Amino acid sequence: MPGAEFRAEVREHASTGVIDLHGEINLGADQALLAAYDAAVRDDPRTVVLNFAQVEYINSTGIALIVGLLARARKEHRTVRAFGLNEHYRQIFAITRLSDFMGIYADEDSAVSATVST
Amino acid sequence: MTTIPSNLRRVLRREPRVRPTTEPVAAPPERVEAPPVEIAPNDPLIAYFSGATGAVDIGALQLDSPALEGLREAGIKLVVPLVSQGELIGLLNLGPRRSEQEYSADDRKLLNDLAGHAAPAVRVAQLVREQEAEVRQRERIEQELRVAQLIQQQFLPQELPQLAGWQVAAYYGPAREVGGDFYDFIKLPDDQIGIVVGDVTDKGVPAALVMATTHSILRAEAPRLLAPSEVLTRVNNLLVEEMPAHMFVTCLYAVLDPASGRLRYANAGHNVPYVSTEGGVTELRATGMPLGLLPEMTYEEKEATLAPGDTVLLHSDGLAEAHNPEREMFGFPRVASLTGEASDGEVLIDRLLKELQEFTGPGVEQEDDITLVTIGRRAARAAPKEKAERQLATFEVASEPGNERLAIDQVAEAVAGLGLAGQRLERLKTAVGEATMNAIEHGNGNRPELPVEVTVVTDDTDLTVRITDQGGDRGALPDVETPDLEAKLAGLQTPRGWGLFLIQNMVDRLETAVNEHHHTIELVMHLKEEPDARS
Repeated sequence: MPGAEFRAEVREHASTGVIDLHGEINLGADQALLAAYDAAVRDDPRTVVLNFAQVEYINSTGIALIVGLLARARKEHRTVRAFGLNEHYRQIFAITRLSDFMGIYADEDSAVSATVST
Repeated sequence: MTTIPSNLRRVLRREPRVRPTTEPVAAPPERVEAPPVEIAPNDPLIAYFSGATGAVDIGALQLDSPALEGLREAGIKLVVPLVSQGELIGLLNLGPRRSEQEYSADDRKLLNDLAGHAAPAVRVAQLVREQEAEVRQRERIEQELRVAQLIQQQFLPQELPQLAGWQVAAYYGPAREVGGDFYDFIKLPDDQIGIVVGDVTDKGVPAALVMATTHSILRAEAPRLLAPSEVLTRVNNLLVEEMPAHMFVTCLYAVLDPASGRLRYANAGHNVPYVSTEGGVTELRATGMPLGLLPEMTYEEKEATLAPGDTVLLHSDGLAEAHNPEREMFGFPRVASLTGEASDGEVLIDRLLKELQEFTGPGVEQEDDITLVTIGRRAARAAPKEKAERQLATFEVASEPGNERLAIDQVAEAVAGLGLAGQRLERLKTAVGEATMNAIEHGNGNRPELPVEVTVVTDDTDLTVRITDQGGDRGALPDVETPDLEAKLAGLQTPRGWGLFLIQNMVDRLETAVNEHHHTIELVMHLKEEPDARS
């Protein structure tokens, strides 16, 4: 059953690459997510922010894609932050310990400025 | 000639002839050693020397003594007994004087004085030597014990098999003087498992070595032959050739099919296992001679089916044959009776050991190794039958990637009226999604014609979602391990591998059931639970 197709848009906010994620993060999101990351780091920002506000569903394959993205960012000495996660996925990020390696913020401004942590 | 006390023989062998005291002291002594003379413990000469008050002239002695003849043949003329605290501890044997004159009264007095001083010193030296020998012997025994323990531990399983729907527990308590107990679990084809409990007669290193040999032969033959009786026949024939005299091995060998509960077993003279069942305690009897005694033995093979809630106890005789201070035995009836009282295998082992400790009393050294192995079929799956189970939904989805979303939506719809709180519902949905994905991909190999069956039931206490695929041949779920995120982030492991971990963390209970054709994963959420700390 085709779910809400994944797409990602990249923009810049205060010298930070912001990736707006939409739809379902599953196996099908692989290429689009990688392409979005490539675009977000084109100007070599130190921080990449993932916006999960429009994400409907993340499965274990989606978790693996995020882990892969985070591994790449760490190799490139970039920080990854996230915002817009609902309560359930915040819990999943805590259970999987992704939130130990990726700051989780309440909104975009906090994530970009990283002054307010929740 | 038989033996003589070792201390006496030493003196006889090492004492040089005493030289006449008139010899110039400065001249280098010419040491001539008399040939050793054996004196049997029952030779009358020993009694005579023990009672002598000083130097004894051998030539004049009239005794029917082989040793006396021996001394004369060795050229001994005079013997000065060394007596300490009334015990003859040695002899000073002297040949003829060099002057060829007889020993004078002065010589004899001097020799007697010398013997009076030398005897206690020689005795002390003997005692020190004996003490040192004892220490060396003790060290050797301790070293042997350590070696035996090392061998024993090397061959005991490092971990217990994890069988879905089963509880396996084991205890091994070596006696100080390690016996030859052993147990083992052997992976067999078709997800069957071989269970071994054995006991080698004898103790220490020899028993440990026989145990190691038996263990190795069993490991080699069990997966090849499968049938317990054939395995024991083969092991016996191989062991007979290598078994040291007066040793043998008792051994119970069983093959469990976890999917059906079928247990086939054969017994080479080992203790009879007990089974705790709903109807009381039963015994798993099968006849057979211990291993390693006679070639070409045959072993009776029997079969039992373990029902949910049944627990088998395999035990070595260190338990039933333990004694209390009154020399009464702990006894097999007591073991059987306790087996019937325990709720599961771990509880049973704890209870048996506690009862044994109370029976033998505190500080009593364990007489023999104790080995206990329990195999219990969990009763949990029987519970829904006892309670009225209400089916909320049953449906199928085709095995195509992405179809887990269909399953999630239909399960969410089915449980809508049960009042599952928001976060707990989300957890269930994630678990259903992951389990369905596994079924589609790993169970049915993404083949759309193979359906994944989903059933939602409740007994008003629990909500259970059963997700069944056609991959019964892939066996029960492996142990759920916590993924190593650091290793994944460092690129040392694949970023994947989160599915089972997620499922386990989302639901209150995770079970699997496997048969020949189907693999079912059961996700259970409690409905009437205190607010979940995790949600």
